[in-house]
Amino acid sequence: MGTTRSTESEPEPVWTGLPPGLLRMRRLLLVVWLVPLTLGTGLPLGLLVGPGWAAFALLPLALLLWGWAMLGRNWRSWRYAERADDLLISRGVLWREETVVPYGRMQLVEVTSGPVERHFGLASVQLHTAAAATDARIPGLDPAEAERLRDRLTELGEARSAGL
Amino acid sequence: MTERRLHPVTPLRRAWAPIAVIAGWAFHDPDQTQRQLTRLTTSTLLIAIAIVIPAAALYGFLTWWFTHFAVTDTELRIRTGLLFRRSAHIRLDRLQAVDVTQPLLARVAGVSKLKLDVIGTDKKDELAFLGEDEARVLRAELLARAAGFAPETAHEVGEAPAQQLLHVPARVLAVSLVLTGATWGSLVGALVVPPVVWWASESVWTVLAVALPLLGAAGASSVGRFVGEYDWTVGDSPDGLRIDHGLLDRTHETVPPGRVQTVRIVEPLLWRRRDWVRVELDVAGSSNSVLVPVAPREVAESVIARVLPGVTVPGALSRPPSRARWCMPLWWRGYGLAVTDTVFASRHGLLRRSLALVPHAKVQSVRMAQGPWARLHGLAHVHIDTGANKTVTARLRDASEAAELLYGQADRSRTGRREARPDRWMAGA
Repeated sequence: MGTTRSTESEPEPVWTGLPPGLLRMRRLLLVVWLVPLTLGTGLPLGLLVGPGWAAFALLPLALLLWGWAMLGRNWRSWRYAERADDLLISRGVLWREETVVPYGRMQLVEVTSGPVERHFGLASVQLHTAAAATDARIPGLDPAEAERLRDRLTELGEARSAGL
Repeated sequence: MTERRLHPVTPLRRAWAPIAVIAGWAFHDPDQTQRQLTRLTTSTLLIAIAIVIPAAALYGFLTWWFTHFAVTDTELRIRTGLLFRRSAHIRLDRLQAVDVTQPLLARVAGVSKLKLDVIGTDKKDELAFLGEDEARVLRAELLARAAGFAPETAHEVGEAPAQQLLHVPARVLAVSLVLTGATWGSLVGALVVPPVVWWASESVWTVLAVALPLLGAAGASSVGRFVGEYDWTVGDSPDGLRIDHGLLDRTHETVPPGRVQTVRIVEPLLWRRRDWVRVELDVAGSSNSVLVPVAPREVAESVIARVLPGVTVPGALSRPPSRARWCMPLWWRGYGLAVTDTVFASRHGLLRRSLALVPHAKVQSVRMAQGPWARLHGLAHVHIDTGANKTVTARLRDASEAAELLYGQADRSRTGRREARPDRWMAGA
């Protein structure tokens, strides 16, 4: 069957992780939101109501520390591999998901980059097939790598084009 | 390229719209309507009619006059619009299905609608109305061109001969509807809910507001389905599958070879003793989803063998491992999976079983998903995405089996595609 042949013809996929820029950006955003919140809760309560009430500031602080660790785990879980005939994307820590998209099925490859992402020098690659449910997105890539990936995927997609 | 116009009765197709608006308004607010009517004098009425009718007629005439269509070697071109121009070029090699429909009034007038199903086309891309014979000739020509006949001869190829595969007798259809839970559910709802509402509110208007939609739903699920699925005929021709049905509104559908993305065999609980099944299919860009409303299993399977050549419906399915009961109590017993050389088959449902078949060549992407609870039990789901925006899921498989399925399916989908027929199905045949 196909499975045995695939292990014969295809070596173990070479996985690529995401560059650290995405993690930096997400952690910075987390700090930008939660540090003022911690201070904004702690200082007025501590000064006006009583020092004991300042303990409420521990809530956003705990969220900050937990989020810091979670972002790291999530970032480490994202990886992709270009095989001879398909692209693999694997992600998620608790809810794991692994997607395989054959190159021949790609209808469109999109590179997007929002203002914040651009500031950090990041870009996302999104693949579309004829099925809307196909969820193949690689966030936080280096723009040069995103463009290389887009060009390579388009080229491979044309060579193996299969459509519907 | 010669541009053509639609049938001259087309302007009349929206003639009922103003009447419907007035009727709806009258129904919505009867007291107000009566007061307005008494105030109307004959002369104002005549003036209104003298303005409204010519204006509506002029609008209808102009929209008809400015709508053209043409068949080129590779495209169907539709040009329309009076103020907002719109032109659509529909590529024939991307054609997924052709529908010719005849609503009751159109049957009386001897005209029909023709719609090309391509991904992205919708209601405004249908050709309504064409003369009956014209629609048939045009459909034959479009199919011949899409099939890859030489452009010079496509005009004369004519209708491909059809061979009847299946006909659903009216009695069987009626019995199958009687044995469907949804029919009884909506009927009971329509009979029980209004008295309860009357008892609670004692207001006629509330009861009417509740009862009318319920009665409508009950009618649609019983009488409506019977009328729509009456005289259901499935035929096979070199141009693909032909599905004709309808008692009042007639629909004739043609699905060329290789366009079917998924097939589902649905088996309601009460049909099981008679071994009847319903077969549904998904074609990208087409709204119709029924292939066979009811048929004995072996007949349905022989039809499926014609729709998906080389496919046999797998008999034995492997169940999830028994530890799946901790993830999905009871219902896990309904899940099943079989992968053959040609299809990926996945079943779900305990009372109303539904078996979905996806030919390997139609798989667009494969996903494996695993939540924390499933991982604790070493289980995972495998989702297969197809081109008709349908996802078929093999639920709660053993995690290592799921990983194997994920990679194996991507591989099978690629090799399956190589063996598939070309889009232009008569080219090289």
